[in-house]
Amino acid sequence: MTDTTSVFEKTPEAEFGDFVALLKPRVMSLVVFTALTGLLVAPVPVHPLVAFTSILFIALGGGASGALNMWWDADIDRIMRRTRNRPIPAGKVTEGEALGFGLALSGISVVMLGLAANWFAGAFLAFTIFFYVIVYTMWLKRSTPQNIVIGGAAGAFPPMIGWAAVTGSVSLESFVLFLIIFMWTPPHFWALALVKNGDYTAAKVPMLPVVAGETSTRNHILVYSLLLAPVGVAPWLLGFASPVYGVASSLLSLTFVALAADVWRKRAGDPAKAACWRLFKFSIFYLFMLFALLLGESLVAGI
Amino acid sequence: MADQDKGITLTDEQKKKRRARSVAIAVVLVALVVLFYVVTIIKLGPGVMDRAL
Repeated sequence: MTDTTSVFEKTPEAEFGDFVALLKPRVMSLVVFTALTGLLVAPVPVHPLVAFTSILFIALGGGASGALNMWWDADIDRIMRRTRNRPIPAGKVTEGEALGFGLALSGISVVMLGLAANWFAGAFLAFTIFFYVIVYTMWLKRSTPQNIVIGGAAGAFPPMIGWAAVTGSVSLESFVLFLIIFMWTPPHFWALALVKNGDYTAAKVPMLPVVAGETSTRNHILVYSLLLAPVGVAPWLLGFASPVYGVASSLLSLTFVALAADVWRKRAGDPAKAACWRLFKFSIFYLFMLFALLLGESLVAGI
Repeated sequence: MADQDKGITLTDEQKKKRRARSVAIAVVLVALVVLFYVVTIIKLGPGVMDRAL
């Protein structure tokens, strides 16, 4: 009996914040931002509180997949420096708690989105969680160097869910929002992976630079950037964003391609690293600006 | 065997964390109750009054 007591004392009592950390709050904030854009760009008026509730439960569904991802990936999170302080490797939350927490929140968020918005949006959220946790985390992340492309698809669904929460359907416009994030994710993460591939090597995650080499990764980054550029401008070309967006997105996309070309040209030493960092940092600004412009325009149009 | 009766005892630190967690869960639950109530009213709209008498 004394054994039980001493073992229990060594277990740190989890704080509320540890469970919040399981939801990957930073990823969640991106989900809120892109889902809100999808929801507001949709040409259907929506009650502000229904909009708020939809975004809340889309974000919670995203958080739930984060918790399930941390449950499954606890073994590699222990190895990588970037993830070593996550709640499970840090010993603050047990794997079972994370699993239960993730499953419960998945169920709540899907049912609540279905009730507050519509069941198509609810089903779409359920599919996204399934896709991120089962298809990406469990199946493809550790088996293919194209893992980022697959994971990117899961990250690109939120604006489509936001759109679906209002319209109850999928459309070309919402698919374009999906494509922007889908095409953006690979160059964004590969630029980071080129700088930090030591961690992934240690954890045996087959990131592209580890498996296919740095030259191949640079080619991939350039190709995806060239594909991303027209997609970034597409909202204006298709007529659901203003010429202001058209000009701004053209300039941003050209800069993105120029920085990707820089990564492609500089192959060695510090200049190569600096080029990767520049592309990585600009890519965050790029995505933020595109969605902020779309969001801003739909807010102005709504007044 | 006197220990056996005491069972598991939490340290003060653990008790404090557990309490903070319980309070936070309570706040979240109350917020959800309010949210569900308001969303129900909005979804039903004027239909709330529309019932057979």
